[in-house]
Amino acid sequence: MSQPESAVADAQAGGPKNGTPEQGQEPLAKLAKRYGLRRAIARPSLPVYLRQLWDRRHFVMTYATSRNVSKYSNSAMGQLWQVLTPLFNAGIYWLMFGLILGANKNIVNYPAFLITGMFVFTYTQRSVSSGAKAISSNLSLIRALHFPRAALPLAYTIQEFQQLLISMGVLVALVLVTNEPVTWYWLLIPVALALQTLFNIGASLVLARVGSTARDLNQLLPFIMRTWLYASGVFYSIEDKVAGTNKALQWIADIMYFNPAAAYIELMRDLLMRTHEPRPYIWMVCVFWAVFAVVGGFWYFWRAEEKYGRG
Amino acid sequence: MAELTEELSRVKAEDSGVPSTDVRVHPNPEPSGGPESGDDRAGTPTVIVDDLHIIYRVYGAATEAEKGNAATALLRLLKRQGRPQMKEIHAVRGVSFVARHGDAIGIVGRNGSGKSTLLRAIAGLLPPHSGAVYTDGQPSLLGVNAALMRELTGERNIVLGCYAMGMNPAQVKEKYDEIVDFSGIGEFVQFPMSTYSSGMGARLRFAIASAKAHDVLLIDEALATGDRDFKRKSQDRIKKMRDEAGTVFLVAHNLDVIEETCNRVLWLHKGKIKMDGDPKTVLEAYNAV
Repeated sequence: MSQPESAVADAQAGGPKNGTPEQGQEPLAKLAKRYGLRRAIARPSLPVYLRQLWDRRHFVMTYATSRNVSKYSNSAMGQLWQVLTPLFNAGIYWLMFGLILGANKNIVNYPAFLITGMFVFTYTQRSVSSGAKAISSNLSLIRALHFPRAALPLAYTIQEFQQLLISMGVLVALVLVTNEPVTWYWLLIPVALALQTLFNIGASLVLARVGSTARDLNQLLPFIMRTWLYASGVFYSIEDKVAGTNKALQWIADIMYFNPAAAYIELMRDLLMRTHEPRPYIWMVCVFWAVFAVVGGFWYFWRAEEKYGRG
Repeated sequence: MAELTEELSRVKAEDSGVPSTDVRVHPNPEPSGGPESGDDRAGTPTVIVDDLHIIYRVYGAATEAEKGNAATALLRLLKRQGRPQMKEIHAVRGVSFVARHGDAIGIVGRNGSGKSTLLRAIAGLLPPHSGAVYTDGQPSLLGVNAALMRELTGERNIVLGCYAMGMNPAQVKEKYDEIVDFSGIGEFVQFPMSTYSSGMGARLRFAIASAKAHDVLLIDEALATGDRDFKRKSQDRIKKMRDEAGTVFLVAHNLDVIEETCNRVLWLHKGKIKMDGDPKTVLEAYNAV
């Protein structure tokens, strides 16, 4: 800009032409109010926040897909790993627990039982642990661009969901290989996945807020996750181990099934395998956790919206 | 390199006790007709910064005494001390100014004077410790870099970057060719960004970031890279944005860019405004120190 023009601009800015008083004559806060300026940092109400998040849905989806694509972009086989990774995982669990350890002879179709549990649990586990890092590992993004911060944990969960869809393909193929029949219950699989996804979103939102300030969480999470894995009946049947034939102990098993991971695993097994029948109690637990986590998660995360990215 | 030594000599001069008074230079306030006078929005405030203080918390700034091994960490826990590495940095100390439609404001100051922090606060990305920033609309930082992924192709990054700035699919489609053209990277758009030269990367990032119309645009050192041709192109684009009655803030160490693009310069020193006025006067004073 040449000098005369800038002088004009400033003259207009400070001059009486627009009726603007000289800086300092009027408190700046009042000046701001008069011109309808708003504070740069203000947390929107929850409905507005959710609408903003909805407006950013394309970003959330693209960010999730991009992360998945970039994850394997350096390997020679590229995106093939998206299928190979769950396949190898399934192979190793099958080998270890099905053949070598030969655990749980009394569980019918143990490989399908085990791998269902493992994939379902892994989905929740990975969503939650990546959610814990969603804010703390994206500080530069948060400090550069404006968007509802919930987009980040949400994108991480969707990234895991995309991986899960491939795992589910592997899982269904495997269940068919092990001679499970296709039943009407299979139609309910998307419902079960939707419920679990809602829970994962809520849980990762909560962990994202906790992880944004509690820096030691990432060191602790592996231990918490392993404990959760053992408590969720991935390798064994909670029903058989706790209650067995003793129906008086059923309430202890039911308390253990209140663990969301255990409930989602149980639900998926019930749907996929003919020897299991979905119990209403399991459905209730699954629905409860989905609703509770997603409502509570958004609320809890939103409460600290303006604090993310600081310090 | 020349820039760096220049900067260092400036720093030295400042430390050696040159009187530092808070000078405010107001340009000639004579109202006269100009190209912007037709737009009745010109001259109304877009950004008001009112006695802003920003305090940063920094982790991991280990001192001599604190050598971060397990034993000292345990000792610290037992003594119930907080993490001594956690330092508070008072980056912006009581800054006030009013920016208006049609302003292009350059911010100068030595490293660590709070320029970038001030921009982030205006963008609403850093909460103020005290004071406030009032804005008209959503100021946006020209900093889409953080959303891009080096492993992905330019194509994917353009789409990702546009979405990150809040565009919808129709807008992305509309802007895509323009971004590729402006960046001038040609067929490299098919290759991962990790294969780009630093100049190409910078050009693509600027092209993406400036594709969106902003009411208030904050630019932090984006014009330092790129060849002369691209520099001119990007300056033209900034001027265009300014003419669209927006407000542009520009942080740069390259004072020529500021002199050519801005109509007002803020000189920040240790988190305070040392001088505020037209580019010629402020930059002369800044260079004299």
